[in-house]
Amino acid sequence: MIRACTVDELPPGESVRIAGAPAIAVFHTEAGELYAIDDTCTHQDASLADGWLEGCFVECPLHAAMFDLRTGMPTCLPAKVPVRTYPVLVDDGVVYVQGVAGEDAA
Amino acid sequence: MKRVAVVGASLAGVRAAQELRAQGYDGGIVLIGEERHLPYDRPPLSKAFLAGTASPASLELLDAGDLASLALDFRLGVRATALEPSNRRVLLSDGGSVHADGVVIATGGRARTLPGFEGAFVLRTLDDAVALRAALVPGVRVVVVGAGFIGAEVASTCRSLGLDVVVVEALPAPLAPVLGPELAAVCARLHRDHGTDLRCGVAVAGMSEAGVHLADGSLIPADVVVTGVGMAPATDWLAGSGLPVGNGVHTDAGLATSLPAVVAVGDVARYHADGAGRRHEHWTNASEQAPVAVANLLAGRTTRTYEPSGYVWSDQYSGTLQLAGHPRPDDTLSFVDGDPASSSFVATFQRDGATVGVFALNNAKLFNRLRRQALRRPAAV
Ligand SMILES: Cc1cc2nc3c(=O)[nH]c(=O)nc-3n(C[C@H](O)[C@H](O)[C@H](O)COP(=O)(O)OP(=O)(O)OC[C@H]3O[C@@H](n4cnc5c(N)ncnc54)[C@H](O)[C@@H]3O)c2cc1C
Ligand code: FES
Repeated sequence: MIRACTVDELPPGESVRIAGAPAIAVFHTEAGELYAIDDTCTHQDASLADGWLEGCFVECPLHAAMFDLRTGMPTCLPAKVPVRTYPVLVDDGVVYVQGVAGEDAA
Repeated sequence: MKRVAVVGASLAGVRAAQELRAQGYDGGIVLIGEERHLPYDRPPLSKAFLAGTASPASLELLDAGDLASLALDFRLGVRATALEPSNRRVLLSDGGSVHADGVVIATGGRARTLPGFEGAFVLRTLDDAVALRAALVPGVRVVVVGAGFIGAEVASTCRSLGLDVVVVEALPAPLAPVLGPELAAVCARLHRDHGTDLRCGVAVAGMSEAGVHLADGSLIPADVVVTGVGMAPATDWLAGSGLPVGNGVHTDAGLATSLPAVVAVGDVARYHADGAGRRHEHWTNASEQAPVAVANLLAGRTTRTYEPSGYVWSDQYSGTLQLAGHPRPDDTLSFVDGDPASSSFVATFQRDGATVGVFALNNAKLFNRLRRQALRRPAAV
């Protein structure tokens, strides 16, 4: 489990990239849900945390493949391979990503 | 509609087939493609694939699941030779034909060649890329004719392979008619910063074993010559069909041709909007046109019109270039972040007080934000 950021640091509509191997992107949707996925687009090497968040989808900033944050599945070309998803946990105002080994990132 | 023939089995054809299914069409789809390969993606051909870091399999546009769910009737390695509207038939080079109630024209284009450059490499297809890659052995001297997107990408990849590269360009600066003088200078800088010998304002005369001969009589020695001088829409097979085909298949603003139940998509489609004919040669255009053309095909009339996002990317050397909108070279450029000398910047094109384009070098996040905010409405061209 890694510490991503505090809830205050991630307002709705925003995302953060947590460096590491693999790098992880955490999103806070306008609807208030938190999702974490692999940050690197499976098409090339864009950072999905830099992408455009729309509902529970993120659009890759390079070639506009869309990924469903709930499942990691791409919904259109040019990406064909899903990104990994990770459970997110909030404890005492801090956002954690589960299922990844690693140091606290903050 | 019981059967649709999609002619051209590349990006636009695949996207059209996907859209047919997504929009509820459950009849037959015949996908006719001249190349013998399953549909593949072209952008990596000048980048990772040419560099040897991407496999042919990674280029495939459809995986096994897509192939199963789309249920396409493939005719690969076969060229459409004619469209017979009165018989609702597409004739094929193997002597066969396909009867279809609807036709999607997605034949893209072929690399243009230059007179006097017989034997030069071009780069449009997977087979072209395999041949060029095989020629890029250590120590060869490469001359690229044309500094447009593909020429620049080939030069960049050749440099990454450690080869000596000269790029000759007829214009005073690369891509100046698209990007304007200031950004053209940035593109020229990318070449020079990475050791490519870029020579602009140069007219070529031809090539020989020795290399590339210039109009002034001089010679640039070369072992490998690549011409990157654009493409020509593949419309030859439509002769006699009754369709107007000057510089692409002419369509209305909804990508419907003058023949009932025939639409065109992708690089080959020249659609008419606001009195002008427009054709784009970019990935996103082919992808974005498919839903519009297919909706109109299924509706049997033009219910939707196409609004291009004008989105283009190119990877050259250490840079990812991104452009959106419909700028003209004489628009005013303003730098929103960074400046032309930096390794990352974002600039907007202004005309009559409105933002008509956004350009970024290595700054995808801000580019996309501006592209959405500033270009919310398609620019009047
Ligand atoms: C090397 C390269 C790099 C590129 N990089 C980028 C990039 O970085 N960014 C970007 O935005 N765009 C890029 N593009 C452009 C992008 O790939 C094209 O816009 C896109 O491929 C257009 O798709 P299309 O299906 O309309 O046409 P095409 O891809 O040209 O496909 C047309 C297909 O139809 C087939 N065909 C033609 N005539 C017939 C016939 N009579 N019968 C049967 N089949 C036929 C052809 O064999 C071909 O397979 C690049 C293109 C190339 C060549
Ligand atoms: S890198 Fe994400 S779609 Fe291409």
